[in-house]
Amino acid sequence: MSRVPQVIRGFGVTFLSMFKKVTTEQYPEERDKFPPKPRFHGRHQLNRHPDGLEKCIGCELCAWACPADAIYVEGADNTDEERFSPGERYGRTYQINYLRCILCGLCIEACPTRALTMTNEYELADDSREKLIFTKEDLLAPLLAGMELPPHDMAPGTTAIDYYEGKVHGVAVSTVQAGEDN
Amino acid sequence: MTVTTQTVTVTVDGVVVEVPAGTLIIRVAEMLGTAIPRFCDHPLLAPVAACRMCLVEIEGQGKPQPSCAVTVADGMVIKTQHTSEMAEKAQAGVMEFLLINHPLDCPICDKGGECPLQNQAMTNGQGETRFQGTKRTFPKPINVSAQVLLDRERCVSCARCTRFADEIAGDPFIELLERGAKQQVGTSEDQPFDSYFSGNTIQICPVGALTSAKYRFRSRPFDLVSTPTACEHCASGCALRTDVRRSTVMRRLAWDAPEVNEEWNCDKGRFAFPYTSEARLTHPLVRDEDGNLVPTSWPEALRIAAAGLAETGAASGVLTGGRVTVEDAQAYSSFAREVLGTQDVDFRARVVSNEETAFLANHVAGKPLDVTYGDLETAKSVLLVSFEPEDESPIIFLRLRKAALKGSTKVYSVGPYTSAGLAKMKGTLLVAGPRQEVSVINNAAEYLTSDSIILVGERAAQTPGALHAASELAQKTGAKLAWVPRRAGDRGALDAGLLPIGGRNTSEIMAAAGGAVKGLLIGGVSPEDVDGDLIAAVESAKFVVSLETRHTEVTANADVVFPVAVITEKSGTFRNWEGRDRSFSAVVTTPGALSDADVLGELAREVNKTISVTDFWASASKPAVVAGPVDASEVGSGQAVLSTWRHLLDKGALQSGEPYLAATARVAVVRVSPATAQKLDLIDGGTATVSCCGESASAPLIVTAGMADDVVWIPANSEGCSLNLPSGCVVSVSRGEI
Repeated sequence: MSRVPQVIRGFGVTFLSMFKKVTTEQYPEERDKFPPKPRFHGRHQLNRHPDGLEKCIGCELCAWACPADAIYVEGADNTDEERFSPGERYGRTYQINYLRCILCGLCIEACPTRALTMTNEYELADDSREKLIFTKEDLLAPLLAGMELPPHDMAPGTTAIDYYEGKVHGVAVSTVQAGEDN
Repeated sequence: MTVTTQTVTVTVDGVVVEVPAGTLIIRVAEMLGTAIPRFCDHPLLAPVAACRMCLVEIEGQGKPQPSCAVTVADGMVIKTQHTSEMAEKAQAGVMEFLLINHPLDCPICDKGGECPLQNQAMTNGQGETRFQGTKRTFPKPINVSAQVLLDRERCVSCARCTRFADEIAGDPFIELLERGAKQQVGTSEDQPFDSYFSGNTIQICPVGALTSAKYRFRSRPFDLVSTPTACEHCASGCALRTDVRRSTVMRRLAWDAPEVNEEWNCDKGRFAFPYTSEARLTHPLVRDEDGNLVPTSWPEALRIAAAGLAETGAASGVLTGGRVTVEDAQAYSSFAREVLGTQDVDFRARVVSNEETAFLANHVAGKPLDVTYGDLETAKSVLLVSFEPEDESPIIFLRLRKAALKGSTKVYSVGPYTSAGLAKMKGTLLVAGPRQEVSVINNAAEYLTSDSIILVGERAAQTPGALHAASELAQKTGAKLAWVPRRAGDRGALDAGLLPIGGRNTSEIMAAAGGAVKGLLIGGVSPEDVDGDLIAAVESAKFVVSLETRHTEVTANADVVFPVAVITEKSGTFRNWEGRDRSFSAVVTTPGALSDADVLGELAREVNKTISVTDFWASASKPAVVAGPVDASEVGSGQAVLSTWRHLLDKGALQSGEPYLAATARVAVVRVSPATAQKLDLIDGGTATVSCCGESASAPLIVTAGMADDVVWIPANSEGCSLNLPSGCVVSVSRGEI
């Protein structure tokens, strides 16, 4: 073997590796082929109740828990004319600064209404600082079937407690199912 | 005088201490650094033992005892939760009971994060609930008043709010209703919780049961940056704490100042702050060629203002208004006398007299702490002259009420009728209509001794001879004399020398504007406050410089307008009615915010002069005391003499932008005596109209027994009543609307 020149031996390694299985992930062309793990801590999402009302009550516990001071929240009163969440209080302003966020998930643990959860979305890069401060509009979950864009009233005959206990369903079937235990 | 107090020896958790007899166990524990959990206990309120949280074991007594209500006895052996299993178990049990019906809505509760219940549940609670049933719920908050909201399910029935209303403010419109688990704080159906001090109940509530409409859901405690400040609304001089979130004032709380406001303040001081951020002037304004006010740069505005004032020079008048700090007042004083060379300078934006000028110069100026809050509490009797403490200096009212309830101080008031405030101080009325005060004051010597105090309000300037009579009465009886202005800056302005010694006073400056007074330098003066036409004076003066925080009628007519800092943006000192300095620091940083003193300093620099701090009264010649001519008002048919003062919550410029507070203002009423009602053909409960000099106001009539005859009382410049005339005017009173 020692008589084969070193340079040929080197090319031999290259040649042999051409027949090995490729481990390179073709990002971004083939990004869907390699989804992140289900429990990956990605971008946050502000969830909605099944009829579209927001789950966030503006309590700022997420902001309090945040070790990077990335979250800014301002609460406000729901009124009979303008209701964004069940109960008295909603989050009027909600911002997460992804230049600061370390995606640790402490905010998720702090959230008393499960309004704030994390998605698997990891593509958090952009070309300006402003674009990386996500506001409430960016963070709110999309409206699914049966959801109506707030502000709107609570489902007839329901209370905030019914919402928290999961007894309220989408607008199309916006009735309380008495005795249902979720 | 040495006070010998009897002491007793007690043992707390094995530590033997000697304490004064009559001390509460909970205080002894505090002295030793042992924190016993508590909710109802408050050092300034009487013990009630309502919450049962502070139970301790006392050796020899079978049951645990509330340490907030039991005083120590000699040889007592006390064991707190640290050494006694019984006390610990009792406290844990009480905490569990309190939490049974307490909702778990801490995330949306304003108190969350600064809540004694939350904190003590964390330190002394057991973490997991054993309660399986349904919690007691009530419909969400009810309005105790427009400003105070009550979440009944959060209440732990500690009775702090009801005790405060009863013992301190004297407005017992809230009370504990119902029994057992249903017990709740409630108001009378027909009377709202009408109190100038309602905000204190919110502050002392140990849970989030009482919240303010103003602050509800605005922020959480951990968002706030707190700064100790002083109140700018009256001459009481309250210590406050201002809480700021991202350069916006969120709330103000009464802060601890045992020698002044103890731990209380009034609702005006607590809630009236939105004016600091509302419609502010941002740029200096000058007149362009067409005579329009246009924004310009600071150097340009300073150049034009300095040139204009240099031209008018000694023929200038300076009106500062009553909101100046001591530092600003010194700057105005120095600027007027050393830069302009004028003596026409006056801080008084109200009815003034030369008798008052002499009185202030001789009896008040430069005499700090001659009479203090502490003196009010120990005085044998206090005579109020043209002064309604509840409306004009609420902390004096609280002190006098405290002293009167102790039984050591007797309050007398020279006034037209027994006001609600006077009744709450258990005071005696010495009936005197406007212009009749002098003879009553002259005959008041029998109520006073050398241990007495005479408090003269700023309205005494409306009655010729009253101030002189008060000072003579003080001299005759040996009683101490104090002058209580209404505005926070007045005493400091007086001490800084903003008084016309050898010059024109406010009314004379306005009358001479355009004539002998060519230029005007005006601070925060509202046209409706002064006795005269300020707008006409501004229009006729040749050159007017205005230092203001917001657009006013004065700025609209001025030649140069400088925006100045409000209290939140500058540091400074207010001198309260005692002459005590109340310093405060800036709570927000506003780039380019200049105080009045800064602007005046720059103006002086433009003409190569400087302003200096001098002791004006060290060298000032004090004017001779004059007694104004006493003239009784002649009353024709259908007429009465007007008696008036402003309610605490009125239409003042610094209360704008706060609708919840405005909704708690007292409604305007017209008051006459039964005889006058008969003479003027007015019916109790009907509407009466008071008119004079083209102004008129209508309000419900209350026939008030014991009131001076031929006198009609109506609040000045208040909600539902824009009448703004001085007392002593002869007005016509008629039945029905205008």
